[in-house]
Amino acid sequence: MSVHEAVVVQGLKKSFKRLEVLRGIDFSVSRGSVLALLGPNGAGKTTTVRILSTLLRPDEGTVMVNGFDVKRQGKQVRSSIGLTGQFAAVDEYLTAEENLQMLGRLYRMSREVIKARTDELIEKFDLVEAAKRPVRNYSGGMKRRIDLAMSLIASPPVIFLDEPTTGLDPRSRLAVWDMIRRLKADGTSILLTTQYMEEADQLADRVVVIDNGRVIAEGSSDALKTRVGSDRVELRLADGRDMERAQALMQGEAVYADPAKRIISVTAQGGVSMLKDMLQRFEAEGVAIENVSLNRPTLDDVFLAFTGHVAVEESQDNTLNKSVAHE
Amino acid sequence: MNNTPPPSNESPLERSALYWLISDAWVMTKRSTLHIIRSLDQLLSVALFPIMFLILNRYVFGGAIDTGEISYVNFLVAGILVQMLAFGANYTTINLAVDLQKGIVDRFRSLPMASSALLAGHVTSDLLRNIMSAVLVFGVSFLIGFRPTAGLTEWLLVMALSIVFTLAISWLSAILGLFVKSLEAAQWIGFVVIFPLTFASSAFVPTDTMPGPLRFFAENQPLTHVINATRSWLVGTPSGNSPWVAFAWCIGTIVVAMPLATWIFTRKSLK
Repeated sequence: MSVHEAVVVQGLKKSFKRLEVLRGIDFSVSRGSVLALLGPNGAGKTTTVRILSTLLRPDEGTVMVNGFDVKRQGKQVRSSIGLTGQFAAVDEYLTAEENLQMLGRLYRMSREVIKARTDELIEKFDLVEAAKRPVRNYSGGMKRRIDLAMSLIASPPVIFLDEPTTGLDPRSRLAVWDMIRRLKADGTSILLTTQYMEEADQLADRVVVIDNGRVIAEGSSDALKTRVGSDRVELRLADGRDMERAQALMQGEAVYADPAKRIISVTAQGGVSMLKDMLQRFEAEGVAIENVSLNRPTLDDVFLAFTGHVAVEESQDNTLNKSVAHE
Repeated sequence: MNNTPPPSNESPLERSALYWLISDAWVMTKRSTLHIIRSLDQLLSVALFPIMFLILNRYVFGGAIDTGEISYVNFLVAGILVQMLAFGANYTTINLAVDLQKGIVDRFRSLPMASSALLAGHVTSDLLRNIMSAVLVFGVSFLIGFRPTAGLTEWLLVMALSIVFTLAISWLSAILGLFVKSLEAAQWIGFVVIFPLTFASSAFVPTDTMPGPLRFFAENQPLTHVINATRSWLVGTPSGNSPWVAFAWCIGTIVVAMPLATWIFTRKSLK
């Protein structure tokens, strides 16, 4: 198995009783890169992460992590990884320092290294003031940070992050993104799962879209977006009677119109100059615009493009895109 | 990143498997002990319930129960002690259920540690909590008229039996904790099992007035032997074969339940 790959998954299948959760999944994570597993709830993301971190056994297929087989070399795999699950796996009664030190001992590190790493991580994750207080008094964002810090105590070469920003406010979300970028810069190989196209777009070198236990698309986030369609400009007209005139003014652009909401939307391929052009044309014709917004492709758009149906389990959280766009 | 395979993690120490097993169990015990210190409500609930029971029984029923040559309070303390130990040892079920729900068990299992050390940590913390509660219970007992006749040997025997009894119930609780589906279930299962067992025993009243089948059960179930043995050491009541039977039950339970709990815990992770 190539040492260039941090994770190799081939033909991975897993069922619980009669429920097929993974129906043959293939992907790999190159060393020092970030791969995003993108999919709705129930797609099989968490099951995949649990198999990669030896918490579950695969039914079929080969799974190698850091060059070790999860079935036969569980211990070596566990020494190579850091896991941050969906729910903060921190000890609420212990302080941040005690949590980190406990993990360090369990990773079989020496006391000197534990001490140094603990101080370093507490500093890095902005927890200095809170370090000596029990975690149960922390805010959600702080808990997430200590959770993430714990998976890094042993500087593992491979990190799994299962929906690292779910439930976080926009500011904490950006902080986590920043940490993931820094980890990548340090050469760590990262696999993260997410429901947000935006998140995959921001962080990942490669995106693997999974639906119902199968990979339905794979590639760089740019490549995926090109296939999905790029950002869309949405115009809301002040007066619904202008709809037809407005559509005519778009001249052959791919237009989507929703008369009920007085909305017209086009792909924003031409960038700013195209937008300026368009607005000028509307102004010249006296079509009043109430509102203009730029929308990024969402998980729903991705699913629509690749499967012909929207992501069933979860509706896309559009507030994410908006809040991030405003930062 | 260059092409050489990276090390597994930052400077792992090279030691024997046994060293790590003990080290992991020690780390987990430290964790659980910090829980006791930081959640004094748990310690208080373990200690307050028996103290309340002790005082109520002593003053409400005390006058109505004939305990022969010894006073009721002298009779009662052994029963209260054992009931307290049993409830205290049941916290492994609750704390394990909490851990399993919170996702921290997944984190432990994704580490290169001996994951069964988690069970050992909870069991040891039950033991520590029980020792502290026992001191409180004895303290209150003395205040309300408890006058033991035990010498040093008898006190040591009481301690030894209390410890193995706690370990036995704790390891059984660990098995229970691996199966319960919710925290509420963890709480009521312990209650539903331990409460009747302590009442259908010699804990609070002599068994001779109980109706036939109940009396047979009460006189032969393990808790009664543990209580009778403890009582005989504390206040000099006749012990019969209870000390041996009590130790045999406790040690036998540990020998079966400890590996069983460990086995189930390791199995359950690999569905």
